[in-house]
Amino acid sequence: MNISLSITKNIHEWLFSIMPEGVASITEMVLIAVVYLAVFAVAGLYLVLLERKVAAWFQLRIGPNRVGWWGLLQTMADALKLVSKELTGTEKADKFLYNLAPYFVIVSALMALAVFPFTQEFQAFDINIGVLFLMAISSIGVIGILVGGWSSNNKFALIGAMRSGVQTISYELSVGLSLLTMVLITGSLQLSEIVEVQKNGWLIVQGHIPAVIAFMIYMIAGTAETNRAPFDLIEAESELGAGFHTEYSGMKFAYFFLAEFINMFIIAAIATTVFFGGWLEPSWLTSLGIAEAFPAIGVVWFVGKTLVIVFLMMWFRWTFPRLRIDQILTLEWKYLLPLNLLNLVLMALIVWLNLTIQL
Amino acid sequence: MSYFGNIAKGIKTLLTGMSITGKYFLNSRKGAITQQYPDNRETLKMFDRFRGEVVMPHDENNEHTCTGCQKCEIACPNGSIEIIWDRQVDPETGKKKKMIDQHIYHLGMCTMCGLCIEACPTDAILWAQNFENSVYDRSYLTKVLNKPGSKVKAGIED
Repeated sequence: MNISLSITKNIHEWLFSIMPEGVASITEMVLIAVVYLAVFAVAGLYLVLLERKVAAWFQLRIGPNRVGWWGLLQTMADALKLVSKELTGTEKADKFLYNLAPYFVIVSALMALAVFPFTQEFQAFDINIGVLFLMAISSIGVIGILVGGWSSNNKFALIGAMRSGVQTISYELSVGLSLLTMVLITGSLQLSEIVEVQKNGWLIVQGHIPAVIAFMIYMIAGTAETNRAPFDLIEAESELGAGFHTEYSGMKFAYFFLAEFINMFIIAAIATTVFFGGWLEPSWLTSLGIAEAFPAIGVVWFVGKTLVIVFLMMWFRWTFPRLRIDQILTLEWKYLLPLNLLNLVLMALIVWLNLTIQL
Repeated sequence: MSYFGNIAKGIKTLLTGMSITGKYFLNSRKGAITQQYPDNRETLKMFDRFRGEVVMPHDENNEHTCTGCQKCEIACPNGSIEIIWDRQVDPETGKKKKMIDQHIYHLGMCTMCGLCIEACPTDAILWAQNFENSVYDRSYLTKVLNKPGSKVKAGIED
């Protein structure tokens, strides 16, 4: 636990003054988990709203504009509706796995959020294998999708889940290798350390050509990891009903839906941390000294950069048509993977010969 | 090197697509095609080709151009049009003549195919642009198109 903004420090000291040490640290963990849960459930809802608005603007529509000013309460109302709905299911579903699957997906999405450094020393869980942890957690999410599709006892759900398995296993490799390319520069897997390295220039600048290639590969593979268009054949509406969550309703469906958007935020947040300097401000702003005066401003930079990348992913979604399963596998195994390995060697050479750009 | 050529072509075409959607995104404030319907009822204009319902236009003397030839009734594939007619003595010429009594149009059965309007030799019936056609009872959907007391415009039948 490594939080030292003054407000959290006060809570920390107060908790440890009234309770024995073990109880206090557990209470603190639960408190932080609840805060993260609440904040990101609401943030996920607003990402859904953002998606709907952006989609509308891409298609020359207006988008939700009735519930609340400018439609701002639309997704809140949707969530309330979903909470109040009946939970239906298929008769021959494997009840235990069927009920477990949404929690797998949402919990793994929320667990990944714990390791992000939102600003200087504002990080719930500063683990020294941060990038590896993120990769591992993001593969647990796909187990939830597989379990959900399998246990629904529905052919569409099963096909969707199997496609999801194929796709995620393939693209995990590209995400991992492109992040590994960047780890060659940082020399550390710890996310706070990775941000620290970028005080000499963001990694996409430091690593120049191979970093740009790695970022492009990461964005393609990351979009595939979140199962969004153009890689959305997992829930392809026109082919499979709703794919793996065809049989889910009410709040269980909402978990899948929310997890998709939190996963999108996570992919964008990893890109921000690893390529675009995390919570650091652009270097031409450092002389103004805003960051020293208000350390919390890093959160604004972090969320701002993340939202730009989220917008990029939405732009992909509303531009590109869906790929077929064989096209998806061709893209990964024949193009992204060999390029990624080449890129890794190139980056190793650049780091070895000290050709990185240090600002 | 078609392998790297493919990659370059792929990236180029993806960027082309993104630039097109990006332009639409930036222009969406000006060119939104959404009609905020109940709010803009007063100003909403339907486009010319919209097929709302069949109407029979009358001029200021309460005269229409329907001669009662029944071509529309024959052209209609599902019997939405019924023309009640009889032979009367024309007061001006003193000859017996076919005149319409009622041009009945069943909006509830109409599929908006437009064959009656194409078939009409005198352009007596036209499409209207109104679209608020819902009523509480389907009997209201049966309409008499010629107004009471109306008659054929002189010279149409010659």
